[in-house]
Amino acid sequence: MQRSDAGRSIEIRAESDLILARQSCRELAGDLGFSRPDQALIATATSELTRNILRYAIRGVIHARCPMHHGRLGIEIIAKDDGPGIVDVEAAMEDGFSTGKSLGLGLPGTKRIMDEFAINTAPGQGVEVRATKWRE
Amino acid sequence: MELVPILRQGDVLIISIMTALSDKDILHLQNRVLDKTCKSGVTGVVVDVSALDVIDSFSSKTIIDMAHAVRLLGAQTVVVGIQPEVALAMVLLGLTISDVPTALDLDLGIALLKEGRPHAAE
Repeated sequence: MQRSDAGRSIEIRAESDLILARQSCRELAGDLGFSRPDQALIATATSELTRNILRYAIRGVIHARCPMHHGRLGIEIIAKDDGPGIVDVEAAMEDGFSTGKSLGLGLPGTKRIMDEFAINTAPGQGVEVRATKWRE
Repeated sequence: MELVPILRQGDVLIISIMTALSDKDILHLQNRVLDKTCKSGVTGVVVDVSALDVIDSFSSKTIIDMAHAVRLLGAQTVVVGIQPEVALAMVLLGLTISDVPTALDLDLGIALLKEGRPHAAE
């Protein structure tokens, strides 16, 4: 795990990295002064994004950054993988849609609990999700 | 040694999850609980999640599946101790575990089972 003022990066290779990633992002959110409820949201979002990496791409990376916008501090979770990508992004963003055996809440749920959400993917091109929460 | 102890108190199994579990660990726990419910013939299962600071879609699904399977074995499950910020995060994520009864803490969970009519919030 790398650590710097700009944030941190966690390589995702094994199941144990999921707990590490969410604890690390929660810790960073705590250091940045996010409230406990927001820390729980950020940790949950990280958990969902990390699981998607493990399930669909096997390996990838979680970056956590601390953007500033109009004097407001935020935390940006970037989940990146070089896996198979998503064929139908619109369907993947619908509640209950899953090509795996999950509840299909990972992406739409993460979008709901974060303030900003962007997904960049194409078949065979991997997936990059950026989810930001701004501090109250 | 198992990561999560399963204790028996009368007709009830008490499962206290004291640490964050990996997906593999929670699936293993699911199997152990079903096995133990079957072998011990208990009528209730209390799952204490008060130590968990994240309950994401996978752990919710595993707990819900377990509760449904426990019901098929003739016992009732109550999930207790969901932390307030975890509860909010679950609802916003879209998780309601609406058909699994819940209680604030272990004592209330056991009381709910003793009443013999744990109802899930609709």
